[in-house]
Amino acid sequence: MIERISNSQLYHLILANVRELIREPGVLFWGIIFPILMSLGLGVAFTKKKDVITNIAVIGQNHLVQNPGDSATLLHSFFVATRARAGRDHQGNLTRTLLVPDDKLGSTTFIFHAMVWKEAMVMLKRGNLNIVLDEKNGMVQYHLDPMNPDAQLSYLKLSGMLNRSAPVVPEANAEIKPLTVSGTRYIDFLVPGLIAMGVMMSCMWGVSYAIIERRSKKLLRRMVATPMKRSNFLIALITVRVLMNFVEAGLLFLFAWLAFNITIQGNVAALFTLFIAGNFAFAGLAIFISAHTAKTEVGNGLINALSMPMMVLSGVFFSYHNFPEWSIPVIQKFPLTMMADGIRSIMIEGAGFAETALPIAILGTTGLVFFVAGMKIFRWH
Amino acid sequence: MSNQPIVEVRNVHKSFKAVQAVRGIDLRIEPGEYVAILGPNGAGKTTLVEMIEGIQQPDTGEIFIEGKTWKGNEKYLRHLIGLSLQETHFIDKLSVWETLRLFASFFEIGKERCEEVLGLIELDEKRKAWMVNLSGGQRQRLALGIALLNKPKLLLLDEPTTGLDPNARREIWGILLKLKEQSNTSLILTTHYMEEAEQLCDSIVIIDHGKILKQGTITGLLGEIQDLPVKPVETRKITLDDLFISLTGRHLND
Ligand SMILES: Nc1ncnc2c1ncn2[C@@H]1O[C@H](COP(=O)(O)OP(=O)(O)OP(=O)(O)O)[C@@H](O)[C@H]1O
Ligand SMILES: [Mg+2]
Repeated sequence: MIERISNSQLYHLILANVRELIREPGVLFWGIIFPILMSLGLGVAFTKKKDVITNIAVIGQNHLVQNPGDSATLLHSFFVATRARAGRDHQGNLTRTLLVPDDKLGSTTFIFHAMVWKEAMVMLKRGNLNIVLDEKNGMVQYHLDPMNPDAQLSYLKLSGMLNRSAPVVPEANAEIKPLTVSGTRYIDFLVPGLIAMGVMMSCMWGVSYAIIERRSKKLLRRMVATPMKRSNFLIALITVRVLMNFVEAGLLFLFAWLAFNITIQGNVAALFTLFIAGNFAFAGLAIFISAHTAKTEVGNGLINALSMPMMVLSGVFFSYHNFPEWSIPVIQKFPLTMMADGIRSIMIEGAGFAETALPIAILGTTGLVFFVAGMKIFRWH
Repeated sequence: MSNQPIVEVRNVHKSFKAVQAVRGIDLRIEPGEYVAILGPNGAGKTTLVEMIEGIQQPDTGEIFIEGKTWKGNEKYLRHLIGLSLQETHFIDKLSVWETLRLFASFFEIGKERCEEVLGLIELDEKRKAWMVNLSGGQRQRLALGIALLNKPKLLLLDEPTTGLDPNARREIWGILLKLKEQSNTSLILTTHYMEEAEQLCDSIVIIDHGKILKQGTITGLLGEIQDLPVKPVETRKITLDDLFISLTGRHLND
């Protein structure tokens, strides 16, 4: 029995694919390390609202000097009243630093830099600051881009403080209840997207490209000139990829669980089924696009033409609801969207089979249709 | 049964769009016979051999192997023949041994035969080396080894020594000559090298533009040279190259 298995085609084909996979350092990086780094980078950047530092330009030195003499300005008295710390920045400009502690919305450190208008404009263009203060005729003027939400926020915070001459936090703060339930953070949105994207990329490159490359190297032709069963060849290729996808998704989830404490709120069996259906859909697509061409360049183009739009539109990184209204029903029908949304609904919203039966069925059918169509036009030579 | 040829090709044609690659070839190969198919680039050698291998289908004409056509006998015939294609790259990051085992598994052949073949092609010390790290000669020997795994009755090798240095070429010849001594395998081999045909084969088929120009035994063909319209330079030994040039107006290795 063992002898039979160890001599069997399927066993050796699977073994060959596993070996090829684990001997390719790029696979380890792009399949496992890259998604983890991505979730780490984006997760940290967007999830933990760190204490912010807001830089503000103040036109004219006289507002910031220690002793303005008789020409005390509104801004100067504000700095005095709030006991803003005096100092100098890297450019040698006078600065005043004011810390506004806020344990709910995050503390803000305001650093006011004294500078001339021209310098302020340069800093503004570089994105180093987003608001410029000026004082004319006993009135503080705020120069900011009204389209920039960060600038608006700075304006609201600053004007509140300047009107009271105190480092205040918004009064309504008492009413703020920070939402720390998991499932509402960016990382919770991102990880399901990354899992779905990983499956797509892995099938596109690991199945499609592998087939095209083997065809172009005439290895496919050599193999079918033996009693090898053609189905075994494809089964081995797809099986190894799907197993690899499980490992990749598992490791990414494990990491996100350890680092960000993300959880699966819904039905694990439904998640499993959806994952398999997604793999099936992309494997079918992969077989279809690799069915005919023997040119790796064409394969490259096909893979990119298929995966790039989905990566951008399917809401892996950001919600597709930012796209125009009319495009959303179209986007929602992409396999990547369906898989990512499905995983999200299970992991975040606690969905089960009832909510995901439709995407599972559609993904499964997609895979089947493309697989059958692909086999119809498949070129073994 | 005893005088049934191992291969019989009857009036086979094959075109690719505008190109007529094979234009009416007849061929008969006896069990145990070694046949060289000689011809310049684009003569139609690969197309002819791949039709015999059942990889390509002729447009018209028939091909029989042991009296059987490919249609309906694919499973049987795949076990009967061994082959190497003109260019095959095996999986880069598999070792010699793993590649042999993989192909052996297609024939449901076990370890022992793989060991045997490894010895035959003298790649024992390279068994753990990955494909990417093999020399051209070693790769060709492995390709030959894979073709021999199932102890084929009919072996088809498409330019097994092209691009190899004289030593590496001779190593391949050695393996094939040993096989001829020890078995009744028939060989069809395509080549650009007249010397290879002379060294290995019982008969020679010269083709160009998809047609057979001449075929026969070496001595028979050499005899014909005497009647050539173009006389070879006298100071040189008369060879089959001269026959070839006079037939095609071209050198073999062009
Ligand atoms: N798949 C194909 N599509 C189009 N044309 C082809 C194809 N295969 C072969 N040909 C053409 O058929 C002719 C014969 O090609 P073939 O490969 O059989 O020649 P060959 O004798 O093996 O040449 P070489 O010595 O270069 O290997 C050539 O003109 C070639 O361009
Ligand atoms: Mg050829």
